[in-house]
Amino acid sequence: MSLEEKKQQIIDDFSIYDEWLDKYEYLIELGKNLDAFPEEKKTEERLIKGCQSRVWLDSEERDGRLYFTADSDAIITKGIISLLISVYSGCTKEEIAADDFGFVAEIGLKDNLSPTRANGLVSMIERIKELAGQGRQ
Amino acid sequence: MVEEIRKQFPALSAQVYGKPLVYLDNAASSQRPQAVIDAWTQSVLAGNANIHRAVHYLAGVATEAYEGARDSVQAFLNAPSREEIVFTSGATAAVNLVASSFGEAFIGEGDEVLVSVAEHHSNIVPWQLVCERKNATLKVLDIHENGTLAVEDVEKLLSQRTKIVAISHISNVLGLVNPVREIVAVCHKHGIPVLVDGAQGIVHEQVDVQALDCDFYVFSGHKLYAATGTGVLYGKRRWLDAMPPYMGGGEMIKSVSFAKTTYAPLPEKFEAGTQNFNGVPTLVPAIRFVQASRADADVQKEQAAITEYIYTKLTEDERITLYGTALECKIPLFSFAVKGAHHEDLALIMDKMGIALRSGQMCAEPLMDRLGVTGLLRASFAPYNTLAEAEYFIKCLNRAIDMLV
Repeated sequence: MSLEEKKQQIIDDFSIYDEWLDKYEYLIELGKNLDAFPEEKKTEERLIKGCQSRVWLDSEERDGRLYFTADSDAIITKGIISLLISVYSGCTKEEIAADDFGFVAEIGLKDNLSPTRANGLVSMIERIKELAGQGRQ
Repeated sequence: MVEEIRKQFPALSAQVYGKPLVYLDNAASSQRPQAVIDAWTQSVLAGNANIHRAVHYLAGVATEAYEGARDSVQAFLNAPSREEIVFTSGATAAVNLVASSFGEAFIGEGDEVLVSVAEHHSNIVPWQLVCERKNATLKVLDIHENGTLAVEDVEKLLSQRTKIVAISHISNVLGLVNPVREIVAVCHKHGIPVLVDGAQGIVHEQVDVQALDCDFYVFSGHKLYAATGTGVLYGKRRWLDAMPPYMGGGEMIKSVSFAKTTYAPLPEKFEAGTQNFNGVPTLVPAIRFVQASRADADVQKEQAAITEYIYTKLTEDERITLYGTALECKIPLFSFAVKGAHHEDLALIMDKMGIALRSGQMCAEPLMDRLGVTGLLRASFAPYNTLAEAEYFIKCLNRAIDMLV
């Protein structure tokens, strides 16, 4: 699936739910199904600053593409990072750097989080961009 | 009647996400009754002028409203004199004032300050700053398993070098009324003054500073239904007189020259610059509201019923750990952890159900470390909250836990 197709899939999945509680249920499911993240990888360097809960993000480059793994101690946050990495895992650095992450606004995620949590989402996106070598340092 | 009290608070009739707002974050900031909103409006519309100095009519109206609030606060606290009531921007500013000015005059190298592990950052960091500046040591009083202060250790922690003890009346996390009178008595036996952080205490307890005999008592207006940006420092005259000014500027001086500036008498000595003359008068109707709700038997009954109901529900549920369990001194403020469910997730989900809660460290990181948690979920009730809201909160909490665990 291309990056655009993956984004469209998420937008479609989200649009099924009218109620935000249902959207949270969906994020919780995503969070619960995220692959296990090894305890020894939960280091200070992989911790994303700016989130109320703790979020760790790691990336690995194979054949010119980035693959992300992540974890959080809060399940909704874990669902959000899971959603982000499912979209961007397997992309090239150039694809990620060129992307505007606009689909996050399209599903209304940012608007529906309180400002402190929206900041957390912004921090996650910035870290993904940073790992792709284009983020703010 | 609680319903009549609710009607005085326009913000409580709001809908959030299409559901009635259930506001249970009162320990962070309360809502404002119409009388407070009216006092603010009145001040802006018909009394908006800088206080004390000018001779014109509006300045007189503003000064009268501002100084009238000082009389109200003095009576509310049963302070011996109005000069011992200093207005600040809040409890944090008041603690900083004392830490800085008292510290300047009385704390030196090798001296000690005692606080408890259950303090809000506002009653820790100002003391750390002065200790750092003076090369003094901050000592810490522990709590028991049920959240009560280890009062029996106070005397052991005092020494010849202890200059001041700073303790909260009620912890913003544990919701237990501390035996401040007892602590003051022990400290005074050794000639050591005590500052009481009353940010939560003033809201839930009838405070008589002469009966408590504390040397300083501080609180914020915005948790007490008054305008935000208002706060009070009560200090015994002997200390306030002996402390140097905190900030320099207009209002706090007697005369200024480059050779020698002399300071105004109390309380102006500690009120430098333009004061919050729109906000301070709102303390009058806020105090009136507090007194009325305390005298209302129905309201008191409902508050007690809420405390008992929530306490029972949270302690009988094996998935939940409540912190601050000493029921005999419990106020309707509950911080707890849920096994397998993160406090942030619970707060997010319950927010969408219309419930305003606080999650996280609640400005008390040392206490979180002491309890061995990364954060908690907190529900704090005010006299305008109903038992029906408490029941809805428990119902939603159970639903949220089911979604997560």
